[in-house]
Amino acid sequence: MTSPRLDEPAATARITVNGATHEVSPDCTLDQLVTRLTSAPSGVAAAVNDTVVPRPQWTRTPLATGDRVEILTAVQGG
Amino acid sequence: MSGSSYSSVTDLVPDTPDTTIGAVTGRTGPASAPASDPLVIGGTELTSRLIMGTGGAPSLDVLERALLASGTEMTTVAMRRLAPETPGSVLSVLRAHGIRVLPNTAGCYTAGEAVLTARLAREALGTDWVKLEVIADERTLLPDPVELLDAAQTLVDEGFTVLPYTNDDPVLARKLEDVGCAAVMPLGSPIGSGLGIRNPHNFELIAERARVPVILDAGAGTASDAALAMELGCAAVLLASAVTRAQRPELMAAGMRHAVTAGRLAYRAGRIPRRHFARASSPAEGTAEWGDPERPAVE
Repeated sequence: MTSPRLDEPAATARITVNGATHEVSPDCTLDQLVTRLTSAPSGVAAAVNDTVVPRPQWTRTPLATGDRVEILTAVQGG
Repeated sequence: MSGSSYSSVTDLVPDTPDTTIGAVTGRTGPASAPASDPLVIGGTELTSRLIMGTGGAPSLDVLERALLASGTEMTTVAMRRLAPETPGSVLSVLRAHGIRVLPNTAGCYTAGEAVLTARLAREALGTDWVKLEVIADERTLLPDPVELLDAAQTLVDEGFTVLPYTNDDPVLARKLEDVGCAAVMPLGSPIGSGLGIRNPHNFELIAERARVPVILDAGAGTASDAALAMELGCAAVLLASAVTRAQRPELMAAGMRHAVTAGRLAYRAGRIPRRHFARASSPAEGTAEWGDPERPAVE
């Protein structure tokens, strides 16, 4: 297998999701990523690189190599 | 406890002037005594003055029964990473019973972390209310006052209704109020310690001058701690471990509910001044004389 040329798009994007490294397709959006984690994203919020992304923008938020994604929900506490 | 028995207790209270200051020392405050006596935070009225946490419960089922026994109308949750195997949601329990959700920023050590967590909670839960926690270290879980005030200022500016978990420091409590917090929530003793209110005098000082509700937020171990908080002038009590880690959580939840109600009634009633010597409640006049030689001479 030959090395990819620099002007070709990468086959995958390496991102960090809740502290773990994930390989996703280069056209993966935040919406698709959250759907992989939960089928019912009620009570869930997401931040990319420490910025909260409102849910209506999830489908328009592509993920790129190096992105840090935090996906949070409410749990028992306090 | 049924709603009717609760009503009968409150109905017994005469419509006397509310003592919003100085109840412990016997001084009376402004005369305003709404019969319903609601807790008002940021313009929102709550009937129950017991705010519950959800941490520490052995199961969702135990938690649900405890919450119902407590009569709480607002309950805290924490924000944590979504895990695919996340079990039955605490949110579904709260929604099923119409209990307001109060997200916290537990586990945050800096203002930046707390602000981001609050923004995520607002997005996830659709509430701009936040119980603001910025702790200094894991051993004491005491608030970091500098980071706390910084985060409070930022969140108030962003339109949040901020309820800060704070040290029992009257100066810090005033500064939190000055930046626009909707309540101040001093700790009685470290979170989960059950050591009660270690400095009741500070609570009195905070409650006397605060114009926003003062809420005991940590340290309650048993019912008398909750009652004392209310007697000292707190507007409400927030607790979790005392109930969720009790041997019988549902029973302790009911106990706390009664304690908060009892403490509030006692505060509003205005306690008698403390005296060094006894003061007879039976009349001294009209006492019979028996000529008993063993009776001691009157001094």
